[in-house]
Amino acid sequence: MDDISNTYEVVIIGAGVTGCCIARELSKFQVSACVIEKGDDVASGTSKGNSGVIHSGFDAKPGSLMAQLNTVGNRLMWEKAEELDFPVKMNGALVVCTNENERDKLDALLDQGIKNGVPGVRILERGEVLEMEPNLTDKTVAALYAPTGGVICPFNLAIAMAENANINGVEFRLETEALSVEKTGTGYRVRTNRGDISAVAVVNAAGVYADKFHNMVSGDKIRITARKGEYLLFDKILGDIFRTSVFPLPGAMGKGVLTAPTIHGNLYVGPSANDVEDKEAVNTTKAVLDDLADKVRANHLCKVPLPLNKVINSFSGLRPHEDRHDFIIGEPPDAERFFDAAGIESPGLTCSPAIGEMLSEIIAEKMSLPKKDRFISKRRGVTRFDHLTREEKKALVREAPRYGNVVCRCETITEGEILDAIHRPLGARSLDSVKRRTRAGMGRCQGGFCTPKVMAILSRELGIKMSDVTKKGSGSWMVTECDK
Amino acid sequence: METCEIAVIGGGPAGLAAAAAAKKHGVDGVLIIDRDNRLGGILNQCIHNGFGLHTFNEELTGPEYAARFVDEVDRLGIRCMLNTMVLDINERKEITVMNSSDGLTEIKAESVILAMGCRERPRGALSIPGYRPAGIYSAGTAQRLINIEGYMPGKEIVILGSGDIGLIMARRLTLEGAVVKAVAEIMPYSSGLKRNIVQCLDDFGIPLKLSHTVVDIKGRTRVEGVSIAQVDGNRAPIEGTEEYYACDTLLLSVGLIPENELSQKINLAMDPVTNSPIVNDIFETSAPGVFACGNALHVHDLVDYVSEEAAIAGKNAARHVRGPRTAPGRQISVKAADGVTYTVPRTIDPQRAEGTVKIRFRVRDVYRGHCLNVYFDGDKVQSSKKMILTPGEMEEVTLKKSDLAKRDDLKEITVKVEKE
Repeated sequence: MDDISNTYEVVIIGAGVTGCCIARELSKFQVSACVIEKGDDVASGTSKGNSGVIHSGFDAKPGSLMAQLNTVGNRLMWEKAEELDFPVKMNGALVVCTNENERDKLDALLDQGIKNGVPGVRILERGEVLEMEPNLTDKTVAALYAPTGGVICPFNLAIAMAENANINGVEFRLETEALSVEKTGTGYRVRTNRGDISAVAVVNAAGVYADKFHNMVSGDKIRITARKGEYLLFDKILGDIFRTSVFPLPGAMGKGVLTAPTIHGNLYVGPSANDVEDKEAVNTTKAVLDDLADKVRANHLCKVPLPLNKVINSFSGLRPHEDRHDFIIGEPPDAERFFDAAGIESPGLTCSPAIGEMLSEIIAEKMSLPKKDRFISKRRGVTRFDHLTREEKKALVREAPRYGNVVCRCETITEGEILDAIHRPLGARSLDSVKRRTRAGMGRCQGGFCTPKVMAILSRELGIKMSDVTKKGSGSWMVTECDK
Repeated sequence: METCEIAVIGGGPAGLAAAAAAKKHGVDGVLIIDRDNRLGGILNQCIHNGFGLHTFNEELTGPEYAARFVDEVDRLGIRCMLNTMVLDINERKEITVMNSSDGLTEIKAESVILAMGCRERPRGALSIPGYRPAGIYSAGTAQRLINIEGYMPGKEIVILGSGDIGLIMARRLTLEGAVVKAVAEIMPYSSGLKRNIVQCLDDFGIPLKLSHTVVDIKGRTRVEGVSIAQVDGNRAPIEGTEEYYACDTLLLSVGLIPENELSQKINLAMDPVTNSPIVNDIFETSAPGVFACGNALHVHDLVDYVSEEAAIAGKNAARHVRGPRTAPGRQISVKAADGVTYTVPRTIDPQRAEGTVKIRFRVRDVYRGHCLNVYFDGDKVQSSKKMILTPGEMEEVTLKKSDLAKRDDLKEITVKVEKE
């Protein structure tokens, strides 16, 4: 029996960047929609371990959906950033050729870039490129330069989209795992760990599991492989080694291992690319971390030796690689109102705003959804205290004294920011969700000092016991009560 | 802008001793700035005993040791700003501080004493492969959770690294009812004090696995277990030696890093070995009037030495403020060589020295039956035979002013570990 609250016109499976962008764009229409997510927060699966690069679009094969959406997504990203107040930075991208014999590969990339309509893409000769990035490897022969390449924080993108979708009426059910999807007379039934949900339409944004749900309703089978990428993240002290995101020439498994700055000013080396059987295997592995370390020692793309003792963290993510290596967006021929957003691997992050627009248009048309009269298009991001001017800081602390209490000393994150993260729409409920919204715990001490403080704030603000505070949702308990 | 004579950044053992000494040497305008809600620093969470044997001839707990200095600071009427973070400092000794009550303000000091302490090396810095579940704590964080907040970080524990905090926590967790299954140490020796290995591990039957490290962490939400493997001479894990330990918690005690982000903001000359400012015999950094002490300067094994060094820094900060400021005299450089990793201080002014000057340092490896030798330029002037030297314990040699004075052409003092 279907409870009224368990019936929606649209259910979106997965609150990664793709699902959140679709939810946000769909919330412009008059529709009852719900996003279900097995993690305790948005962007806690595939979207979490990511390079955070806004690709300019020279890499995708001309004519592919990837190519088409990449250039659109790149353009949209700056607009959405303005509208939804999440940080982005256009730092440009370089693909560095280090061997005279491989110049033809650069030319091929340039050709693709031009065909894909990438603005300003061009080849820079050694002298010119070294002037732009003096720390590039001495072996540099030439490089492809794409000025519209950028960096973004994937969490912030998903969170911004989700918050805005939420205030525009989209429900989010976290820690709700889709188990199966089946066709019913009127639409679909999505079985979850928290009961069944009925919907007229389903959006499949399930990341590495998108094939599972697709194949439950369609005979036109797809196959998604989890392609793991591991990263070494360096202290901010090395964040200005490169201004641009520096890529090697691409290989068979993707764009290769970058040496590049994050939007927050850290430097990273990664990602690797290895297909794995287990779609939950977000562990790092010794072999790959060793390999990345070897690359660092061998001055990968960078002539300055990067000290390995400045690595502050390593992490991994899983790309949902579909066999045909292109996005699958829209209805399969044999499953009406089942809308795929599958195979969203790189440049998926960049494309996500474009995927959101594209798929929401498809859905709205198919379901004849009228536009909302009152759509709230703007959202205010979490105020980053450290980014304010001195005068702004003074004024803010006078007005809201909690901003005067620094909780995370490495990243200078104040109590005010943490309270904001907890109390905003779809607010943080766990340590990692506070971290993703504020960066508390992301600095060089990796939460050594602020973990107990953030736990205490979560406990106080949510009215829960310290022993109920989690790192990332159910099962990830932090402490137990002392035996008295 | 508010002004003070001496600003002490950090109210832990170093800051307290420095502030008290400065005040006792005639400077009234001493200000201690600390981010916590009480003075004492990390000592407040070190509720075990063993502090103060050298200073007070007593075995005190951390809070008791801190209280002696906090009481003195109180008695001397030294001003303290608590719950206050130093956000910035510049070369003009203008310090930007912030707290909830006064907001963001600036203080200009005539002299600054850097006593920020240190932080623990996190898991990420070791690139331990595996998952990233809840239940991985640095030992000091776990210590705070138990001793200050009153919560248990877990019930079945494996500890990586045998630094002193890890050893202390092995005992503490055991006393609180947890099971500590093993302590793995990648080096062939412990980096902790011998007495802590005996009193915290041996007495409780906790195995110390030397030349072992954690090679995998299992568990997607909470730690479920770790794999420990033996390592070879190059600290690389040996395949086939992995042993799985089911546990819900992994504690890390894998090194302390002096906190010197502020020191870097004033562009102090830094020692790459300690990641700390280079200081002379009065603990003055490369910036005149800026002093450094405590674990922000070099990581100590015993707090007594922290207090002793900080008092010298405080006294000389007072001299800097009161004047007269004399031109720097002749500087003899101090060099670490052959098994000595660094020295504090790095230069000595022989005219200024009073009575004796202590040089403190750590050694690179475990040495048995070796000598600590001191050379004045090429001449060996001191040699003391040591049963054992280990990186876990701080070593010292003492030089007499009279010996330094005899050599008016002396340019360099070298400290070495050598075979007899």
